Amino acid sequence: MKLHEYQAKTVFADAGIPTPDSQLASDVDGVVSAAEEIGYPVAVKAQVQVGGRGKAGGIKLVEDADEARDAADSILGMDLKGYHVDRVLVEEAVDFVNELYVGITMDRGEGKPVAMVSTKGGVNIEEVAEEDPDAIAREHIDPSFGMHPYQARKAVYDAGVDQSVARDVSSVLTTLYQLWDDKDGADAEINPLMVTADDEVIAADAVMNIDEDALFRQPELAEMEEEAAGGDDLEQKADEYGFDYVRLDGNTGIIGNGAGLVMTTLDLVDHYGGEPANFLDVGGGAKAARIANALDMVFSDDNVDSVVFNIFGGITRGDEVARGINEALEQFDEIPKPVVVRLAGTNWEEGMEILNEDLVTVEQTLEDAVQRAVEYAGEVNDQ
Amino acid sequence: MSVLVDDDTRVVVQGITGGEGKFHAEQMMEYGTNVVAGAVPGKGGQEVSGVPVYDTVHEAVDEENADTSVIFVPPAFAGDAIFESLDSELDLAVAITEGIPTQDMARVNKRLSETETRLIGPNCPGLITPGEAKLGILPGNIFAEGNVGLVSRSGTLTYQVVDSLTNRGIGQTTAIGIGGDPIIGTDFVDALELFEDDPDTDAIVMCGEIGGEDEEEAAAFIDDYVDTPVAGFIAGRTAPPGKRMGHAGAIVSGSGTGTAESKISALNDAGVPVGDTPEEVADHIEEFLA
Repeated sequence: MKLHEYQAKTVFADAGIPTPDSQLASDVDGVVSAAEEIGYPVAVKAQVQVGGRGKAGGIKLVEDADEARDAADSILGMDLKGYHVDRVLVEEAVDFVNELYVGITMDRGEGKPVAMVSTKGGVNIEEVAEEDPDAIAREHIDPSFGMHPYQARKAVYDAGVDQSVARDVSSVLTTLYQLWDDKDGADAEINPLMVTADDEVIAADAVMNIDEDALFRQPELAEMEEEAAGGDDLEQKADEYGFDYVRLDGNTGIIGNGAGLVMTTLDLVDHYGGEPANFLDVGGGAKAARIANALDMVFSDDNVDSVVFNIFGGITRGDEVARGINEALEQFDEIPKPVVVRLAGTNWEEGMEILNEDLVTVEQTLEDAVQRAVEYAGEVNDQ
Repeated sequence: MSVLVDDDTRVVVQGITGGEGKFHAEQMMEYGTNVVAGAVPGKGGQEVSGVPVYDTVHEAVDEENADTSVIFVPPAFAGDAIFESLDSELDLAVAITEGIPTQDMARVNKRLSETETRLIGPNCPGLITPGEAKLGILPGNIFAEGNVGLVSRSGTLTYQVVDSLTNRGIGQTTAIGIGGDPIIGTDFVDALELFEDDPDTDAIVMCGEIGGEDEEEAAAFIDDYVDTPVAGFIAGRTAPPGKRMGHAGAIVSGSGTGTAESKISALNDAGVPVGDTPEEVADHIEEFLA
């Protein structure tokens, strides 16, 4: 779960990391009054979960009330890379002489956290990592002990941070690790961490991703989740149903059990010349009602022209799957989109006896089922 | 022969009194697995399907000589359950649980490096030596005894590939589901090493997916150390960057690491053919064994 910038800034500020003065606003008058209160110049920043907001026109620096009004007018309500902007953060503009980067993430190869510091802040750090990897100092941390203070200092000095601010940057890094650890962070980063002419450091941006599997023990962050929830209507509907769902651009809908097998089904749709419309994993042990919900999900995507339903039962049972498919399809006078079903594994024979074959096309193998669904999707396109 | 598990393995099921734990303990026993104990705090003295339950794993080891645990404990407590099995000096711990917080697994991973216990998983289907024993939730009926070792990050994809093999009359020595999380115990390299050293394994199937760099490391290891022929499969060729495809570990990062393309080319460079479909993987194995 990714926090919005304003949420992450609040979390960082509460922990003692210096952040610019800021206020959230959702209408033009709110933006102007916030700007007056903070004092010009201020930055007006769209609160949406996409990278490259500045380049896309989602961040504007303003000097007076007229400019603030114009900026609010253009940003509020805009469509930023597919996301509707309904709130902006009005923030004190910081006069800086330097931009640094500090971050904490899990190094999955090492299986331990890593702290990172660079003097090349303010730009896409992944590009820095690729083009000039030595520009990022890295320090791995023993997760059962935590970060030793010397490790923060070492990373800061290794990165070549100026001595006049090294102590403050180390302190920010130590706090950031503590936050990451306490809040079950996946990533926590400040880019840029600005350095002012008076040698003060201030977090001009804030990124915090929380491990979704740990939200059960982070009730305060779980409350922020509703506001942080991104995605389109279908992805929100999938959240309600509790499906792992990703929407894609094609027209062949895909439902299956188990992430690897569903990914494989997507790949096969592509392999046989079709285009996958989505990834939908019903998970293990799905009962009939859940199966019916999955079909409802995929049917409600207007882009979908056919559906391939591929189940290899381990803990999922073929008879439950068949009941769910019948239940979902028997409510229609006419089946809205052709459904191809392939059942294998636990109780598949029982499933085949239950399945109403008047409503679906049955195939015996994964490859045949995918080819048939792609064919159906193609026929609709040709019409 | 087989790797890691056979009919001598003595299993303690952690979480045996829960719905999943009880159901799968019974399924394991039905398959022939030697389940000797359960361990659930507060439930010591009970019996589940004829199996004695102890409050701690240590007791199960002392009383029943358990040497392996299978963990069906809910995610909030599963990290602790893994620690308990490591500190009980078992040979093997298999964590089926899905959704363990990653920071818990980082701490487990650190402890793991200090013990002799091997961990499989978490978020995995377990492992099976056909005809002898299964540890976990794999459907036993699709497997057959034979000479192919299989290692996979995904459960149902394992079933799909195994089914293709078994239907052609090709059986398996052992199949290992290593799990779909970012931090896991046994990885591809560990499993490949086990199969390479097993005289009865004549060919290996390796099913990877997008995310991380384990497949690339496995490719380098195969190139240097593995003589047994390996066929591969990589799921997630069509996955867009930045979207998590079900598994916590299955994500192509914004900087382009973890792509299917990079994994397939690394495997190809190591002489490993990668099937476009699960059936093609079975084709390659059939050729190796011909």
